[in-house]
Amino acid sequence: MRRWPALVGVHLALVIVAVATLLPFLWMLSASLMPAGEASQWPPSFLPSRPTLANYRALFQRLDLGRCFLNSAFVAVVSTALALLVVSLAGYAFAKLRFPGRSRLFRTLLTAMVIPAQVAMLPLFLLLREVGLVNTYWGVIIPALAPVFGIFMVRQYALSLPDELLDAARVDGAGEFTIYRRLVLPLLRPILVTFGVFSFIGAWNDFMWPLIVLTDDRRYTLPVALANLIGEHAQDIELMMAGSVLTVLPVLLLFLVLQRTYVEGLTMGGVKE
Amino acid sequence: MTAAGGNRFSRSRREARAGLAFVAPALALIAVFFVVPVVAGFLLAATDFDIYAVGDPATTRFIGFGNFATLLHDPVFWRALGNTFYFVLVGGPLSVAVSLGAALLVNARLVRCKGLFRTVYFAPVVTTMVAVAVVWRYLYHPRFGLLNQLLAVAGIGPVNWLGDPRWAMPAVILMAVWKNFGYNMIIFVAGLQSVPVTIYEAARVDGAGAWQQFRRLTLPALRPMLVFVGVITMIGYFQLFTEPYVMTNGGGPLNATLSVVMYMYKQGFRWWNIGFGAAVALVLFLIILAGTLLQLRLQKGRE
Repeated sequence: MRRWPALVGVHLALVIVAVATLLPFLWMLSASLMPAGEASQWPPSFLPSRPTLANYRALFQRLDLGRCFLNSAFVAVVSTALALLVVSLAGYAFAKLRFPGRSRLFRTLLTAMVIPAQVAMLPLFLLLREVGLVNTYWGVIIPALAPVFGIFMVRQYALSLPDELLDAARVDGAGEFTIYRRLVLPLLRPILVTFGVFSFIGAWNDFMWPLIVLTDDRRYTLPVALANLIGEHAQDIELMMAGSVLTVLPVLLLFLVLQRTYVEGLTMGGVKE
Repeated sequence: MTAAGGNRFSRSRREARAGLAFVAPALALIAVFFVVPVVAGFLLAATDFDIYAVGDPATTRFIGFGNFATLLHDPVFWRALGNTFYFVLVGGPLSVAVSLGAALLVNARLVRCKGLFRTVYFAPVVTTMVAVAVVWRYLYHPRFGLLNQLLAVAGIGPVNWLGDPRWAMPAVILMAVWKNFGYNMIIFVAGLQSVPVTIYEAARVDGAGAWQQFRRLTLPALRPMLVFVGVITMIGYFQLFTEPYVMTNGGGPLNATLSVVMYMYKQGFRWWNIGFGAAVALVLFLIILAGTLLQLRLQKGRE
């Protein structure tokens, strides 16, 4: 029976890693509820002496972070909705509709993924400046509407749709767009939910491009506002922690609710190659 | 031609037209907002496009490899390149190793609450890097930070994590590993689950120990995932930006955490040396390309 010590050891290791993973979040939450100055007292305490929501009130009333919250929500929702349309059309076509140059085009797209986004950033900024999209939400949203990994995800899933079903609809005289809308979209639902979660979380968390495009602090998304805030309020630990909670909470909740779809989608790209 | 043949012919033409129409929005977006800028980036890198050219593009001159010649003699660029390689070569393998360890733990036989542990380990991956970097900035605080408090219990003196040039990069790496290990862990777990349990049982009957089972069975089974994870992690780590932006005020102390992307950002978007910044971005691309090809080549050599 030498299995017991090993089993206890494995569980102990699991718990230690779990605590190390959660500790920063717990401290963030706890410090966000402390009265101003308590997180920088000696000796330091882990829990607030008198829990207060004053920091959250300051964020919304004095620093207008509620507005940035809405900016982030708008950018994430609109870019996800539009990307779903673009990616579902393209992914389905690459999987199921034969057209000249299809496989060569698809391979080129995949290869282009090694080009880091930063190579495009400076010229893209000049381009957006020409068309007046700098310092607009659309300047953040539009360049990210056709993610290649999304097209890849949908295509891999769409490959398994039965051809007979599509052909039967064609024999019945349905047009290609009708087939996409009435037949294909419902069948693609699981992968579209997965991609939607990916896309929303990605857009919500994105930092470098919004930082470059948005110049007016009334248009900042939450990550940009938070990075800006630490410039002036680095000493206000409790306030900064409340801002971090506000930024992290929506994506964390979304992940907890939809984690199965999220995690399944993640392994698809990695294993099915 | 029979009626059926004619029908099929028109149908395949209709299908091709629909296919092209369906990929058109994606291709147009990719062409305008990625292909054109990338090509323009190559051209810009051969010019001295700067703040004056932003106002009047006619002042731009073609200088060929001039920007790259300047880069070669720019100690700050070499510093940024060195830091980035430090982050990729130490942080990358460390992060993959931690992911693998976590995957083995989570996937071990007879472990209770696998799903719960997996969810907890994955949580940092979905969270906002800026917010998490803000939190870690305070965890690393030399006096009040949680990390130094824990180290003090073990009798280790206070470390000025983000203020000491020797410790700043290790601190950034530690945070990045904490943030990212869950992602690769999930991919490894999927790989581990594809290995039939009966193989391990057979190995145990043959007297193979835990280490031998790992080396002879687990690692070979994970090889395809290791390549994928290696390439993805490397590409991501080469793009280090947010951590130094938030934690070390853009690359401090004394440029100890200045990355290539941060240098490109500062040159291009803060000082408007756009041609020069484009050259920096191009060097990053070439390095990432070389790294990817190298990993794929190494993998082929092993097979």
